[in-house]
Amino acid sequence: MDQIFRIYEDKFLKSGLADQGTPLLGLLDARLSWNRDDKACAVLERLFEHLNINALVFSQPAEPYRSIVDYLAETSGGIIFPGDCESRTFLHDLPVSFSFSLESIILALKERKSVIIPGQGIITYGTVGLEQAYVTFSSVCFACFVKFFSDYLFDITHGKINNIRQNLFDLLVKRLEPTPCFKTSLMKGPFDSEISVYQAIQEAGTLIVKHRLVDSYFGNISFCYNDTLYISQTGSSLDNLQGFIDPCPLDGSSCTAVTASSELPAHLKIVKNTENNAILHGHPRFSVILSMICDIEKCEYRGQCHIKCPHERFVCDIPIVSGEVGSGPYGLCNTVPEAIEGRPGVIVYGHGVFTAGKTDFNRPFKNLIKIENDCRTEYFNRIRSFHRYGRR
Amino acid sequence: MYGWCGKIAKINLSDQTWSVETADPEILKKFIGGRGLAGYYLRKKITLNWDDPDMPLLIFTGPLVNTRSPTSGRMTIMSRSPLTGTVGDSSVGGSFGTELKKAGFDGIIITGKSHILAGIEILNDSIRITDARHLAGRETGYVNSLLKGKGSRAVIGPAAENGVVFSSVIVDRYFAAGRSGIGRVSASKNIKYITVKGTGKTKIFNAQDLRKAREDVFRLAAASPVLLGEFGISRFGTGALYDLMDARCMMPTDNFRQTKFSHASFMNAHAFKKRYAPKKSGCRGCHILCKKITKNHTSIPEFETMSHFSALLDNSDIHTVVRANRICNEMGMDTISAAATLACFSEISQKRLSPNEIVSLLLDIGEKRGLGAELGMGAAKYAKRRGRSDLAMAVKGQELPAYDPRGAYGMALAYATSTRGGCHLRAYPVSHEILRKPVATDRFTFKGKARIIKIGEDLNAVADSLTACKFIFFAASLEEYAKIYTAVTGIKTSGQDLFKTGERIYYNERIMNSANGFTEKDDDLPDRFFTSPGYKNTSIDIDPIDRKAFLEARSNYYVVRKLDKKGMPVPDTARKLGLVIS
Ligand SMILES: [Zn+2]
Ligand SMILES: [Zn+2]
Repeated sequence: MDQIFRIYEDKFLKSGLADQGTPLLGLLDARLSWNRDDKACAVLERLFEHLNINALVFSQPAEPYRSIVDYLAETSGGIIFPGDCESRTFLHDLPVSFSFSLESIILALKERKSVIIPGQGIITYGTVGLEQAYVTFSSVCFACFVKFFSDYLFDITHGKINNIRQNLFDLLVKRLEPTPCFKTSLMKGPFDSEISVYQAIQEAGTLIVKHRLVDSYFGNISFCYNDTLYISQTGSSLDNLQGFIDPCPLDGSSCTAVTASSELPAHLKIVKNTENNAILHGHPRFSVILSMICDIEKCEYRGQCHIKCPHERFVCDIPIVSGEVGSGPYGLCNTVPEAIEGRPGVIVYGHGVFTAGKTDFNRPFKNLIKIENDCRTEYFNRIRSFHRYGRR
Repeated sequence: MYGWCGKIAKINLSDQTWSVETADPEILKKFIGGRGLAGYYLRKKITLNWDDPDMPLLIFTGPLVNTRSPTSGRMTIMSRSPLTGTVGDSSVGGSFGTELKKAGFDGIIITGKSHILAGIEILNDSIRITDARHLAGRETGYVNSLLKGKGSRAVIGPAAENGVVFSSVIVDRYFAAGRSGIGRVSASKNIKYITVKGTGKTKIFNAQDLRKAREDVFRLAAASPVLLGEFGISRFGTGALYDLMDARCMMPTDNFRQTKFSHASFMNAHAFKKRYAPKKSGCRGCHILCKKITKNHTSIPEFETMSHFSALLDNSDIHTVVRANRICNEMGMDTISAAATLACFSEISQKRLSPNEIVSLLLDIGEKRGLGAELGMGAAKYAKRRGRSDLAMAVKGQELPAYDPRGAYGMALAYATSTRGGCHLRAYPVSHEILRKPVATDRFTFKGKARIIKIGEDLNAVADSLTACKFIFFAASLEEYAKIYTAVTGIKTSGQDLFKTGERIYYNERIMNSANGFTEKDDDLPDRFFTSPGYKNTSIDIDPIDRKAFLEARSNYYVVRKLDKKGMPVPDTARKLGLVIS
């Protein structure tokens, strides 16, 4: 058990989701064990009696999430409704419990995968292990971050920012991580062996995580070599892809890639229909945030932009397209491949960014960073320009 | 009443009468429907012999059936299994469940024994017992097409009439209630077929909430590679798993002597698709449509069938797999048990079966000819008779499906603890051990698996009772289905409340098995898996399972399931779950 606890303590720390020593982790098989003693254990222990779960995480998130989560929770009235697509699909909404009481925690967790207790932290669980609880925790933080900044930009243009929110915003901006920058280069193509393809994918994965271009470490990477698409598996950690890359023959002669990333259809279409062979997909924050601002005042699809916004939109010359995860009628595989042709990348509304290159990951990686940095700059430009011209 | 009809048809074949029982709403809440509710009724008679006239044959649907809930067109057929002696059930699709609800019934309880071969015909609230002697010994396809005007059809084939203990019930021609030998129970009651047709509607508590909950599930399904993805089961059928089992080196080969089949890449779902160009089909009310049927009405084998009629028998002729599947369906036999019994025979007699031998032996089993009569007893009994019990790859007498337990330890534990014997569907750990959903778990460890398996068993007990297709839970969870359940029935619930119900349903099954003398020694795997390794190469080693670790996981499971040290149910747990042990 101890070993597995150390792994997840480390993950929380490295991903910036929680500070050293804060996450409380519980695992139940025949016996319940905790990673450390804590007075919360007494209450949390009882959750295992009431819920059919085997893993639990309770932690105060690290800054800036902590302030954001607390602010959203306190102003939520009981439920936070995330705006980004993945959170809407997988978490639906984020219940809040205003006290650390067994009853109200159970009430929330009976229906949803997480509960936020303002001032105290977030509780998430797993039915098949800590990984699941970790992923949910990370998704809650991401959803709140994106919601806070996108709501702020939307509301400031509608004169709805009060002092509390303004002060928090100013504080958070100061605490933001520096913009990612990248000077050296990745493995140079064209690659002449399967081994180098695997290495190139692993290298790109590690760098994406290092530069925080994905939430937790989900995103996906692929490279097409000799009529086979090599693609990261669904739910794999991009910084640890060894053994988690599925080869997928383009002629469809094997279904092995049924465990590949859910964005496989988009990757396949891109390599089949464009000149690209190297594809990156991540969820860099400001690209997601900016993509969610629909400029069209009376858009008839407000609230549904993520599936059917018909307007052609661009941020910093990057097209924003609609599309949901996977292969449904509104799947992003129907929009991204066409839009990426001849462009540095594509932003999927409320979700993330795709970039692509011909021979190796240098161009897509640099473009991923550039798009995120441009979006971040543009975000603050919009805020500044608003302040400059003031409330009307 | 919303969701349920609140009515159960009770048919007594001995005196040719039938009546309608009004279902107790409290019981419906406690057992939901489908497998759970059937289990509630079975419990009262479970210690009778499976062929005792008083042993009921139960056919139950659930509250979500005949509504717009996703993947809800299923039902359970249950009785005591002639194959294993345990609780015996099989979930099946097609449109029988939907028609039954339209006719106004949540379930049918059939008892007694007809003095002649008979059929049961249900048309809304009228039930007729008919003379079916002219159909004696006829194949399921023939009977099915003869009855086409009568709504949905559940039919047994010659195998059941001839005493094969792994006989199936074939619904609407293509859908098999395969496992547990449930067709044999129908034959013992002299029932050749049941048809049902109805025109009623199922009342929904809140259609708008249902629409929203349904969309949530659709969105999750669309995001799921294994359901609707490029290589998912909607496109390729369940055979989509074939390549994966090969890649993970856990494809049972040569009666589980090996875990890698050298011809796998030529016998995969893609090969079937290319050769037979099938079309999508599926159960009523399902949007995934994993069933694949060709232009001339041949169904493409399901994953288990594909794997067992190729790798397990070391057969590299793709057409033989299709033929074997067709024969099993026409004769009305479970494909998994049939193939595994042949594989057991092949190992005991030390000869590899040629395609022709596979085909002719299957026909012999179905017709009870020569050696076929002996093989129709199933692998466990056959092997025992030959003094080679060690070569029957079965748990509690039910032949194992197509996942080698040495390649996934959760599956190893799940096989052992399944209440219906060698079955992958009770806990279905394939989801996380192989398909990485909801997240991936380490397939080569027992650590944490006891609780995970218990949770999986509870989940699938609920799925089989609602009823919903187990496949949808690769993408959705009870969190979403609780919303659907509430929208349909008006009963407030949560994912976790439903889990509690699943626990009750499962414990009830454990109680039934223990009443029939099943103990911890039955919760075990064939020796082979603890002593012989599987495939080995430079990057992977399929080792024998560490017996100590397995036993420890099993003990942990008993703790988690709140059984005693020997795996027996305890009164206190039963009482807390709202059950009684007499
Ligand atoms: Zn994504
Ligand atoms: Zn719009």
